[in-house]
Amino acid sequence: CKAPLINWVSAGDLIRINFSLCVFHLSSSEKLVGVVGLEIHAQISSNSKLFSGSPVCFSAPPNSQVSFFDASLPGTLPVLNRRCVEAAVMTGLALNCTINKKSLFDRKHYFYADLPAGYQITQQRRPVAVDGVLTYSFLGGKKRSQVVRKHVQIKQIQLEQDSGKSLHDDVHSQTLIDLNRAGVGLMELVMEPDMSCGEEAAAAVRELQLILQALGTCQGNMSEGQLRVDANVSVHRPGEPLGVRTEVKNINSIRYLARAIDYEIQRQIGVMQRGGTVHNETRAYDSKSGETIPMRDKEGLQDYRFMPEPNLPPLIVFEDNATLPPGVDSSQVVVVQKIKEGLPELPSVKREHLVQAYGILPEHSFTLVNEEGLMEYFEEVMKATRKEPRKVIGWVMNELLGQLKQQDMSVSQSPISPAALAELLELQETGRVSSSGAKQVFQVMWGSSGKTAEQVIQEQDLGLVSDATQLHNICQKVVDSHPTEVHAIRNGNAKVLNKLMGLVQRELRGKADPVLVMEILKQKTRGGGC
Amino acid sequence: MSAFRLTGLCSCRGVSLKVIESSCNLSRNRRGCLQRPLLNGTRLFSSHSLNSKVPRVPTWEQIPEEQLPPPAVVPADLVDKLERLALVDFRTKEGLACLEKAIRFADQLHLVDTSGVEPMDSVLEDRALYLRNDTETEGDSAEELLKLAKNTVEEYFVAPPGNIPLPKREERTAMLKHSEF
Repeated sequence: CKAPLINWVSAGDLIRINFSLCVFHLSSSEKLVGVVGLEIHAQISSNSKLFSGSPVCFSAPPNSQVSFFDASLPGTLPVLNRRCVEAAVMTGLALNCTINKKSLFDRKHYFYADLPAGYQITQQRRPVAVDGVLTYSFLGGKKRSQVVRKHVQIKQIQLEQDSGKSLHDDVHSQTLIDLNRAGVGLMELVMEPDMSCGEEAAAAVRELQLILQALGTCQGNMSEGQLRVDANVSVHRPGEPLGVRTEVKNINSIRYLARAIDYEIQRQIGVMQRGGTVHNETRAYDSKSGETIPMRDKEGLQDYRFMPEPNLPPLIVFEDNATLPPGVDSSQVVVVQKIKEGLPELPSVKREHLVQAYGILPEHSFTLVNEEGLMEYFEEVMKATRKEPRKVIGWVMNELLGQLKQQDMSVSQSPISPAALAELLELQETGRVSSSGAKQVFQVMWGSSGKTAEQVIQEQDLGLVSDATQLHNICQKVVDSHPTEVHAIRNGNAKVLNKLMGLVQRELRGKADPVLVMEILKQKTRGGGC
Repeated sequence: MSAFRLTGLCSCRGVSLKVIESSCNLSRNRRGCLQRPLLNGTRLFSSHSLNSKVPRVPTWEQIPEEQLPPPAVVPADLVDKLERLALVDFRTKEGLACLEKAIRFADQLHLVDTSGVEPMDSVLEDRALYLRNDTETEGDSAEELLKLAKNTVEEYFVAPPGNIPLPKREERTAMLKHSEF
């Protein structure tokens, strides 16, 4: 078959993209589109592990948080942690899932050194939550200022055990095993393949991260492995059956997720273009080269020999207090109604509240919630200044966020505190400094940590001159020395006023309060007064 | 090979002596089991006071071969796949014969009438799943656990590199030709 021509524009970093395409055009009218499904493992934020009482802690000395059950010594049995069940139910409710009142545990068998038991306890047949939806948004449109809302179906959320960590020592041809992570509770979220490119996947994961952090069920730190994402990528023409999919692993950040997916889509289209076939394989993302590389071949289809976990009866969660069996201990039951009532404010609700409370645009509220710490920063500034929210937003989005992004800093690293910015904005409101002057002050404050706005204004002599007498005198001087311009103004050419204004500003080295000067000039150039 | 049937005893907690007696009578008719003095026993069984589910006398019955479904055949490819998945060695003909006997034994289950009975996962199914409080209660066993391993490096367990694929059947036969089995 003839190879179609492809025109494809790469989508790079989510923040710095200028233009991205989710659809790849061919010379004919058919288009090959990407299909992306995500499998996400979220480490449950709890004090102890899923089936044992070992502590859960990041970066502890190797094998120091391993109980006999985690090491899979004979004679040990799993005991389920109530907090993990509550976390899964909370997450399910936040994602609009149906909570299965009765869910079952299974064993998934495979051999690997970091899985001491030879099987993982998971919930394959009947997980704790099914059929949810994740609504996410991203800034799209030509200027990336429009909030585009999308949905992705959540197939299920299940509880399962984490495996240990293996460190490959190629020099000595051995693998070092640390079981600290073995047995930690995970929530596996399986999403339907509703997405079509890296940008959508990245936005969905970001939204999920915010939701999990708001709920407190997972800290969502991808670089620490608390949130692990594997992408299933395939390409096809719309309307036709789905193509062969590959699984992309080893993605450590949201940025890399978008890049890995887009690379993989491009690679698969390239293969199809050359008349080849895409193999069903597992590929690892290499952040240095930006490419996906095949991992060792999965010997055909893995057969996990699922079997019911015989040591755990079914997990029952109750709808509300009315359905509880009589005389049951409250520490022995999980009640869905109680968890529903205790759900904290979710990001989407937060965004709505910001728009309602401050009258800012949806895209601004989106960025405020999306950027770690930015919303808190904004609200701190608002508390300390009388300035209009929309104007404050301008400062926060352009000046503050612009600088942070340029220097790849987070909000918490900002050298200008909310109080300092509020002070600067107040000074501008009261006419102490002009708006262009204020921007200058901001830049100076950024570079010299700790200096207040007032200090900088004094040092740089940026304070506006508002002394009426001084202004009058200078205006008079300018008016007197430019009779032709005054004549033109009197004849109706108001634009010449700007030239006079420029001259006054030059006299005062740009520190004239423009509003006052304009008033005085208008007064002086009105017919008669000289 | 003859097949046996396990008679289902009543599953209630207290197995009355009467039931044991009657089942003993049944078997007596078929196999002539040993007579034991049940009521004034000279020897106290340790299980007597605990209402043991284990019957006092064997209660098996022979099942004629015709009643069972045709014997399952285990092709060589399946043996290979099972060996790969379970890392169990069937290698010899005796191993395979043992497997087929085990399957035949389990075939008796086909004769049990399960119509209207919900399948069970385990006998614990109707128990309440115990939920533990989220507190740290154990886990400080590094020293003890590492002592169990022959090979450790700086508090890590040592394993061979990655997943070594099982060699093909022909290679395995050659490798294991000289082993004691």
